[in-house]
Amino acid sequence: MTGYLLQAFIYLVAAVIAVPIAKRLGLGSVLGYLIAGVVIGPLMGLVGDETTTIQHFAEFGVVMMLFLVGLELEPKSLWSMKSKLMGLGGLQLGLTTAIITGIALYFSQPFSIALTIGLIFALSSTAIVLQTFQEKGLQQTEGGKSAFSVLLFQDIAVIPILAFIPLLALTELAASTADSEHHESVSLVKGLAPWAYGLVIIASVTFVTVGGHYLSRPLFKFVASSRLREIFTATALMIVIGIAALMGLVGLSPALGAFLAGVVLANSEFRHELEANIEPFKGLLLGLFFITVGAGIDVDVLTSNVSLILILTAAVMLVKALVLYIIAVVFTLRQSNKWLLTLSLAQAGEFGFVLLSFAAQNYVLPNDIIAILSLVVALSMFLTPILFIIFDKVVVPRYQRNGKVRDEDEINEKGTVVIAGIGRFGQIVNRLLVANDVHTVVLDIRSEQIDLIRRIGTKAYFGDASKPDILHTAGIHDAALLIIAIDDRDTAADMVKYAKHAYPDTRVLARAYDRGHGYRLRQLGADFVVSETYHSALEMGTEALRSLDIHPFHAERQKMAYKNIESKQNDVLYNAWVDDASGERVDNNYLKLFVELERLIESALKEDIHDKHSKMRGWTPPPKEHSEKLHDEK
Amino acid sequence: MTSESKKHQYSKNEQVSHIDKPAQKVLVLFAHPAQASSEVNLHLFRDASATSSVTAIDLYHDYPDFNIDIAREQQRLLDHDTIIFLFPLFWYSTPSILKEWQDLVLEYGFAYGQGGTALQGKKILCAITAGGKEEAYQSDGFNHFTIRQLLQPLEQMASITQMAYIAPFALFGSRTAQEEQRIETHRQKWRQLLSMLVNDTLNMSKATRLENLADLCTKEGNS
Repeated sequence: MTGYLLQAFIYLVAAVIAVPIAKRLGLGSVLGYLIAGVVIGPLMGLVGDETTTIQHFAEFGVVMMLFLVGLELEPKSLWSMKSKLMGLGGLQLGLTTAIITGIALYFSQPFSIALTIGLIFALSSTAIVLQTFQEKGLQQTEGGKSAFSVLLFQDIAVIPILAFIPLLALTELAASTADSEHHESVSLVKGLAPWAYGLVIIASVTFVTVGGHYLSRPLFKFVASSRLREIFTATALMIVIGIAALMGLVGLSPALGAFLAGVVLANSEFRHELEANIEPFKGLLLGLFFITVGAGIDVDVLTSNVSLILILTAAVMLVKALVLYIIAVVFTLRQSNKWLLTLSLAQAGEFGFVLLSFAAQNYVLPNDIIAILSLVVALSMFLTPILFIIFDKVVVPRYQRNGKVRDEDEINEKGTVVIAGIGRFGQIVNRLLVANDVHTVVLDIRSEQIDLIRRIGTKAYFGDASKPDILHTAGIHDAALLIIAIDDRDTAADMVKYAKHAYPDTRVLARAYDRGHGYRLRQLGADFVVSETYHSALEMGTEALRSLDIHPFHAERQKMAYKNIESKQNDVLYNAWVDDASGERVDNNYLKLFVELERLIESALKEDIHDKHSKMRGWTPPPKEHSEKLHDEK
Repeated sequence: MTSESKKHQYSKNEQVSHIDKPAQKVLVLFAHPAQASSEVNLHLFRDASATSSVTAIDLYHDYPDFNIDIAREQQRLLDHDTIIFLFPLFWYSTPSILKEWQDLVLEYGFAYGQGGTALQGKKILCAITAGGKEEAYQSDGFNHFTIRQLLQPLEQMASITQMAYIAPFALFGSRTAQEEQRIETHRQKWRQLLSMLVNDTLNMSKATRLENLADLCTKEGNS
């Protein structure tokens, strides 16, 4: 037990020290993790053989990441990607495999070995690339979307490749029954006839899609009603792990299954809550994965073959980049997007490790080649963050001067409004915004409410908007506005405080319960505060005046006068409130304060009523004798 | 090319003759309730905003509910030497908020009547766009009255508030001005007018007698 804790501690210390430093130096978190791995592994020798085991465990981070990617993609947008997916992805995989196989053949490797090497190097690193895209906000650019299409195609292609590699076995075909040491040690489909295997696959994919669509909602609702946050987290984990396990059982890629489930759940009102729950696990596991890549570098092999490995790595990355550049040109990607695709996917990836170990078990590749190839894969992953730095520092500035193509890409993601609370108040706000083509993200903690709102066609999500991570997944960092329309006064105050602290550029409009609460929100930095009853009460008062046969326009003017006084006095009252409150603001003091405020506004209103001039101002006729005077002057 | 050199010559003149005069302050009160479909007025408003010593106020922006702050508007008048109403002609008059503005802000005792001399000696003019062609605004034309005749209530308002009324600065046929590429010339004249007002170089005896002030701007440039 203590041993495990010590191990975990070493990994965590390395990450905690290396990642913030790397980030501050502008190297990105991935390079930070990799360096942390190198330091605790080959450099200091603090961790050893267990890294491979940990790596397989940490690869689950990739599964989670694809689940999250799926959550961001609605089925409709996935379908609209299909030509890009097949075109970009197919071309990249095909061309790269062909060229690398050709080169290996040229250096007189047997065809089976050459082809395996080609396939291994054709794959890129989903983990590094998507993580970096997310960090740098590149997902929505043309280049980012294209790179994602290629990665998704590769993830799908891994499945047939895994099936294909045993056929290339050098010695005994019997080895194909050997299990990969991965997750598939238990299999449902072993020994099934091909048609039955096909049926099982179709059945399980159908189960994931249909089940995800119809079973998840009642399940989440049931769990949400318990109001236990950790149980919701458990449910989210249960779904991802369950799907991964199911896919493993039937011999499909767990990552692909999780991706599929993510897409199915993308429309769900629980999407943001799911994201917020899975996100930290994904982040940690991926971090762990990158550390193990760094730690797993075999120094002996590296030092004895250093020039060979360096040349191979350079060659692989060059070939991959070349192919990507050609594809970018063929698919007419513009300006910096072309280079983003070229540079971001030029590395070999984590699936390369999987294929390598799989190839080893199936006697497709000899061990000495595997040792060298592993290092090439790791080294190319190591160099990827550097390529991103080149993209940031060299490519982007070059194109930014030549116009603002990048801005255009991002326009559709801007100007959203996050609405916290979709009760009677939030609904009206939302309706007005949506009617004006404003993209809103609506959050509420009551799943019954969400259900009701969804039935009338509003896109609403279940989630506790007072939790920073939920606000984050709802996209507050890109939002133009945050509208707080929740009932709980303290939570509303906390939200204002957090939002203005973490996202000072986002305008916060908050609904206040009453005057005191409104001042509190204002003090915490809310840009606009309105008391929930203020306008409806004024409206009711005006109607009362009208009902008493006061001329409707006069009644309207009285309402305006009230508003004028109110807004004029508001600052004075607020400052008095701040002064009063700065001493000690405890609950019993608050009531006294509130009464005091009421008295202040009342006297202010009365004062103004007695001050004839200002109240009577507007369309004042000249004095009766005025026309006579005009006559006299003539 | 020639207009460029004329402009240059002109500005040189004004620099020489008025080098020590402090800049006159110009208040542009802009009234346009449908700015999304504005093709001319919005440009003029922005040009005014970008000119120094000119304060440009969008009345529909400041008072979307017509709840005009009388004290604030009166203070604005006091702070400026020239008042310009900038608006598209609606039914031969101003858009409603500008009428509301007059009804509320030009109070007895402030703008007219006993002690009402706050506006005395200030200049006032209307900068308008009219959909009809210039020929339509003639006594024998489609609209039966010239633009100056139609704006006579404003002229009399100026008279009773003791302001100097300058001829309207008008763009006719404004609905097709964009297609006929007349907007840029009009904007040039507008900027020229603003700078003349700021530098106090406007020929007042001409400017008060003209039918359309926009004509003066070209002639002034020619001479």
